[in-house]
Amino acid sequence: MIRFSRQHIEAIKKHGERDYPHECCGLLIGMVLEQGDKRVFETYPISNAREEEHKRNRFLIRPEELLRGERYAQERELDVVGFYHSHPDCEAIPSQYDLDHAWPTYSYIIVSVREGRANQLGSWKLEPDRSRFNGEEIQCCLENFKPPELF
Amino acid sequence: MPATIKIPNALRQFANGQVEFDTAAPTVGQALAELTLEHSDLTPHLYRNGSELRNFINVYLNDEDIRHLQGLDSPLKDTDVISLVPSIAGGSGQGEGSLWICLALGF
Repeated sequence: MIRFSRQHIEAIKKHGERDYPHECCGLLIGMVLEQGDKRVFETYPISNAREEEHKRNRFLIRPEELLRGERYAQERELDVVGFYHSHPDCEAIPSQYDLDHAWPTYSYIIVSVREGRANQLGSWKLEPDRSRFNGEEIQCCLENFKPPELF
Repeated sequence: MPATIKIPNALRQFANGQVEFDTAAPTVGQALAELTLEHSDLTPHLYRNGSELRNFINVYLNDEDIRHLQGLDSPLKDTDVISLVPSIAGGSGQGEGSLWICLALGF
């Protein structure tokens, strides 16, 4: 499970809408709780480093950007616990490309942005053997909700 | 003192929680091979098809990206530090006929 405040969910959605029709991306700054649950305390937007012509359906966070974010988190005694990105005019589910490039342990938030408006949002974690993503429950403030019922 | 591979947070669970791995290997490539021989669960996260280093893994020898040195053949000397730093990549692939992975469980 990953826990957010509504403010963070809204920040991710707004970032997706702002960068539409390109993909947005960023870090989730927080901590890992007992039993592997995560609590997000801050979202950390990053400029999509992919070439202009590929930003509609790809994102890239360069290693130096990740290191900068990790330092920022460590200064606050926190960690990078995951990443978010948008899927413009697509479902909020991981693609094969997402799977091929995923790292274990982290949470991957995907927000679907259709015609400039963010709607579905889901969290995913890589299976340790890299065979697939599994949906991860999101808890938002007092309200519990789960990845979009697309299946 | 041998060279050291720094194991990133995300991969430590596949290396018995180890933070560092000491090696006397002569090159970066051989050092990584030693690491995955000792901790075989790391292999799929570092290599595609068992031998090709994944393109989102950046290998630094001290502060230098090995792409700017001699790649995996870069020689090692005592006290060198190898760091594995990820690039985070992904995307919908919309318009490229990508295959959707849709495997949420239990919801």
